[in-house]
Amino acid sequence: MTRRTMIEAIRDAIDVSMDRDEKVVVFGEDVGFFGGVFRCTEGLQKKYGTHRCFDTPISETGIVGVAIGMGAYGLRPVAEIQFADYVYPGYDQIVSEAARLRHRSAGDFTAPLVIRMPCGGGIFGGQTHSQSPEALFTHVAGLKTVIPSNPYDAKGLLISAIEDDDPIIFLEPKRLYNGPFNGHHDQPVVPWSKHDLGETPDGHYTVPIGKAAVRREGSALTVLAYGTMVHVALTAAEETGIDAEVIDLRTLVPLDVETIVASVSKTGRCVVVHEATRTSGFGAELAAQVQERCFYHLEAPVLRVTGWDTPYPHAQEWNYFPGPDRVGRALKQAMEG
Amino acid sequence: MATAARKAPAKSKAKSDTKLSSALSAPAPLDFDKSQELDAYRGMLLIRRFEEKAGQLYGMGFIGGFCHLYIGQEAVVTGLEMSLKDGDQMITAYRDHGHMLAMDMSPRGVMAELTGRRGGYSKGKGGSMHMFSKEKNFYGGHGIVGAQVSLGTGLAFANRYRENDNVCLTFFGDGAANQGQVYESFNMAALWKLPVIYVIENNRYAMGTAVSRASAETDFSHRGLSFKIPGIQVDGMDVRAVKAAGDMAVEWCRSGQGPMILEMQTYRYRGHSMSDPAKYRSKDEVQKMRSEHDPIEQVKARLIEKNWASEDELKAIDKEVRDIVADAADFAQTDPEPDASELWTDIVH
Ligand SMILES: Cc1ncc(C[n+]2csc(CCOP(=O)(O)OP(=O)(O)O)c2C)c(N)n1
Ligand SMILES: [Mg+2]
Repeated sequence: MTRRTMIEAIRDAIDVSMDRDEKVVVFGEDVGFFGGVFRCTEGLQKKYGTHRCFDTPISETGIVGVAIGMGAYGLRPVAEIQFADYVYPGYDQIVSEAARLRHRSAGDFTAPLVIRMPCGGGIFGGQTHSQSPEALFTHVAGLKTVIPSNPYDAKGLLISAIEDDDPIIFLEPKRLYNGPFNGHHDQPVVPWSKHDLGETPDGHYTVPIGKAAVRREGSALTVLAYGTMVHVALTAAEETGIDAEVIDLRTLVPLDVETIVASVSKTGRCVVVHEATRTSGFGAELAAQVQERCFYHLEAPVLRVTGWDTPYPHAQEWNYFPGPDRVGRALKQAMEG
Repeated sequence: MATAARKAPAKSKAKSDTKLSSALSAPAPLDFDKSQELDAYRGMLLIRRFEEKAGQLYGMGFIGGFCHLYIGQEAVVTGLEMSLKDGDQMITAYRDHGHMLAMDMSPRGVMAELTGRRGGYSKGKGGSMHMFSKEKNFYGGHGIVGAQVSLGTGLAFANRYRENDNVCLTFFGDGAANQGQVYESFNMAALWKLPVIYVIENNRYAMGTAVSRASAETDFSHRGLSFKIPGIQVDGMDVRAVKAAGDMAVEWCRSGQGPMILEMQTYRYRGHSMSDPAKYRSKDEVQKMRSEHDPIEQVKARLIEKNWASEDELKAIDKEVRDIVADAADFAQTDPEPDASELWTDIVH
């Protein structure tokens, strides 16, 4: 076991995978020589050579497209999109090609690629470095969408993703890279070395895709969260003293419906939390699932706490970011409602 | 901005000339007269001092997020602006402070946007990478690499549609030159003979990636060849060479011959953004460019050599520029932050 930051855990997952399987190739903008802007691929080019870990031009359409071709002929590409905000030129390839290759070739070909991308806010990145575009992927049949909230999961999920035969969107909340951010931006950052989930096994292990984790058991209400908002929700539960059960979804598609239903059936109340904008966000899907499956257990409307339906701001980040106060208010409202 | 009377709208009269691209060569640097040298000196110095101050404010925590400085590249936008006339447009990427100052936007408004204040050009909504001015024909300020290239092409289309003879200067980097939409734009611009000048600011790096590690064709002036877009390589550290190329390209576009590519060979002294560890190039390389090719020092040396300005006069210009920048910095620190309600204004409903 080693204490790792989320960056180190991701790098280790790629390292372990490259070491076990020479079909794994890793590339993206500034990924090879420079080691990635967040250092997630540092040292890998030295270790495995420029034919396995390399830089690409700034060409997101091409990055995704060539990854699909590589995968169709048996390689296991791990492509990095430098920030999730830059994926849109590659979106056509993701939606029209990667997501559908298995179906339209009647299983002859698959697209076994992982597209890693840092997402989310909290770093003063403004509108082009802070987005949470998960719903753009969860809405597309044929993709799996994964979003870890800590180093242990990041490593285990990334190894699972690389070994998976289908296309995986791997979202990395960049505000969590160095520590569990709970939304209190004015307090010092706790490093992962001081957090249990910074403890990661060495070598190979997997965390299954499609399984949620209960981060805090509780009986009063259920909070459904993922990524950075898991830590914000845990803090809101502590600060309000409400006995919330906090579920870290870890994978959005395929969704662990069983864990959600078991929890909401027990608590009878549910609050859904995400950083992304509200309208047509993944929270809408979660609320619908809960309503369909747990309606007769519900004692209050399912509430959503989300980013506002505006571009991610430059000057007003903390008025936008759904921090522990906003989440806490929703928890109280769900208890009253 | 150079003011010139509006000419009658140009009609497209060019026929395609396949040999053109290879036949064109960069014009010799212009001989500047005294007032041109002084204008260039002052313009470049304003950008340099402004950027130095922005770097300081960033270090002090007044500027959050991303901030890309233009230091080293001043001659490119300064020289090109000297070729423009009223109504010509500019659009660029996120390394945009210099372009705005060259387009005569207010240093206060730019600096206050960096600090996210009310008086910023985008009222604190855009930040360093996203500022605009309809009044000054500056169309941004764009954070997504390559996106502005298509927009600039559309601006040029609008010029043609409105039957004016304005041109749109569309700036992008050596890294951006590898985005697919750049070539979609090139094809449209050539097909429709649009008055757009594609200015590729080749500063040798895209973040930490050197040109040779990302580009199969490193002569960016050739990037339009298969679309029959002529291109030239220009010494982007020499403001006179830039102006000469600008004059040629502007004339080409105004007369309805379609787009042109100017590869400006330049260099950025600072990191890609403020958080650049700078491990991808040597200090010597940077130092050599600074000491041997600095665009401001070149003008200064000529001014002194020709006795067009004394050291004291140049110091006076420096003082004047520093005062402007200090005033902008004061404003940017004291102007109030936007009200929280501003989150909900300028929203599409
Ligand atoms: C679509 C997209 N991909 C990646 C990025 C991240 N990025 C920002 S600047 C940059 C380098 C661009 O280099 P270049 O075009 O040479 O311009 P320079 O920074 O040198 O002025 C990269 C990769 C982005 N902003 N947008
Ligand atoms: Mg560059």
